[in-house]
Amino acid sequence: MSEPLAIDVSGLSKSFGGTKVVDRFDMQVPPGRIYGFLGPNGSGKTTTIRMMCGLLRPDEGGGTALGLDIIRQSREIKARVGYMTQRFSLYGDLTVRENLTFMARLHALPGVRTVVDTALETYDLAPRARQLAANLSGGWKQRLALAAASLHEPGLLLLDEPTAGVDPKARRDFWDRIRRLARQGVTVLVSTHYMDEAVQCDNITFIAYGRKLIDAPASEIPGRIGLKTIRIEGQGLQPVYDTLEKADGVEQIARFGAALHVSGRDEAGLDAAIARYRNQDGLTVTAAKTGLEEAFIWLMTGAEDNFR
Amino acid sequence: MNGLSRILAILGKEFIQMLRDRLTFGMMVGIPVMQLLLFGYAINTDPRDLPTLVEMGDTGPASRAILQAMETSEYFDLIGTVAPGDAVETVMRDGEAAFIVTIPPGFERALARGERPQILLDVDATDPVAAGAGSGAFPSIVQEALAPMLGEMTPPVETVIHRRYNPAGRTALNIVPGLLGIILTMTMAMMTSMALTREAERGTLEALLSTPTRPHEVMIGKITPYVVVGFIQVAIMLAGARLLFGVPFLGSPIAFLVAVSLFILVNLALGFLFSTVARSQMQAMQLTFFAFLPSILLSGFMFPFAAMPHWAQAIGQAIPATHFIRAVRAIMLKGAGLDHVWPQIWPLMVIFAVIATVAMLRYRQTLD
Repeated sequence: MSEPLAIDVSGLSKSFGGTKVVDRFDMQVPPGRIYGFLGPNGSGKTTTIRMMCGLLRPDEGGGTALGLDIIRQSREIKARVGYMTQRFSLYGDLTVRENLTFMARLHALPGVRTVVDTALETYDLAPRARQLAANLSGGWKQRLALAAASLHEPGLLLLDEPTAGVDPKARRDFWDRIRRLARQGVTVLVSTHYMDEAVQCDNITFIAYGRKLIDAPASEIPGRIGLKTIRIEGQGLQPVYDTLEKADGVEQIARFGAALHVSGRDEAGLDAAIARYRNQDGLTVTAAKTGLEEAFIWLMTGAEDNFR
Repeated sequence: MNGLSRILAILGKEFIQMLRDRLTFGMMVGIPVMQLLLFGYAINTDPRDLPTLVEMGDTGPASRAILQAMETSEYFDLIGTVAPGDAVETVMRDGEAAFIVTIPPGFERALARGERPQILLDVDATDPVAAGAGSGAFPSIVQEALAPMLGEMTPPVETVIHRRYNPAGRTALNIVPGLLGIILTMTMAMMTSMALTREAERGTLEALLSTPTRPHEVMIGKITPYVVVGFIQVAIMLAGARLLFGVPFLGSPIAFLVAVSLFILVNLALGFLFSTVARSQMQAMQLTFFAFLPSILLSGFMFPFAAMPHWAQAIGQAIPATHFIRAVRAIMLKGAGLDHVWPQIWPLMVIFAVIATVAMLRYRQTLD
């Protein structure tokens, strides 16, 4: 590894009121990459992110962000890391410009006016500069939040579900901006529940019940799990679903639009379960590539068995 | 029937929410209990045992009979004697005595000769209610005390009553300086606690703390504007007191500034402390109200302090408004300077130190 890692933490643990929220978490992120952070609600993503940007002190473990110690150098980290909170955390009763100016001044940036003007330009917020932040739509709020989090040109951006509840067009736009930032050398760690966003990441870390379950590039994840998937299309799928749900060899069955995705790790068993539908009229049975979504649903189900 | 079950559903839900918000529930139970205790036991609008000093110009059977009768009347609590001369200027201005009785030299002899000597009662009339009962009863107490010795002849002595500081007995003179304390308590503590809680409630505190901003920078930056608001309130109240009610300002402006600044600080610290306890602006408001009640009832603002039982006076001593109101009344109405109100200033300093320390300790914990 020639360049130092943007994030290098190990053994991070944090408990709240006796409940272990994050349990011995490791993560290494090389600079300039977009890393996806996935996991069910309440799996500890936010807590982990907050530990990495110096907002929370881990109970155990430690490490560095941008080469700075996350425990001892939290102030230096805050000056160089941009953190976008899950919940909109700017001031609704200030205008777009006032919010950006405020954040620029908290970071003690030189030439606040220029910095804010540039940000308004870059994020196409200029026409809305005088609008109160509370009156912005969801997509614009997120864009303002990203602008605010990257005002001080952070080397590392931590984005906590930045696109939750945002329409598809605004999400695309948001991701274009994230990729643009990454091209400029910014490292991005982004948590999300959207698979179309996850596949755009260079690497995915999946966490459940505070533990890391998998850490690999998106394309490798289904292969690593070893899950085989068969797609059944056609009319009257409900009885098929009901039968296969209880069948041996079928570990998971999920609806995808007008089709069923039936998955299992035991290929022979899966084939045996499916066999009787292969020649049934009105049904098309094809081998399918196991997608990320099947993989994650499988991981979550497994995690529940393992940790609960 | 469906309507009823829906009403019951809403009713049940409302109770669950009420009980979950433990602070609010505590207030709902605590406020009536507190009011009941304070109004029932602590507050007494008929003040008795007010501290009284005696300037003994003569000692004789008649003088002793008068003092005995005063003590028995329960209006006066004879706490000692003073040397002839400047008693009013010193002890009364400092609030040590509410009454000073002066028995002039040669009193006994003049009485024996039937010369109708004068007996003087100086009254601290800043609080007309507190002073009223005792000074009203004084002439007849003297009369009755002397009756067994001299028989029912025409009044053997002339009682002279001097109402000091507020000769007309106007309540406004007493209320307005007190109101200053009450309004500052209410707005300062509430404003700061709500302003600080708002950041946490709306999630903006997280963005604030994700910048290199230090906790004390957040605190100073958030609280200072309310200091300014406090001084604006004081200016408005002072102007109003002067222009509308003709309340005089006789004392030292420096002493006033010191007292006001200190009192504003105390209340900001209190608001800051509330913000570390409250999880919502609503709770912050309730806490302020909880602190506000004793400030009104036990500080001597609304009811005479001296008329309260000793335990209530002890609680009152811990309330910042008690000391502030005393200091401001002394400065505005009695012309007191910094040295005179020092006995009120240092308790404010102590209270501030205690509240600020507790608040800082709690603040550090809430950041995580």
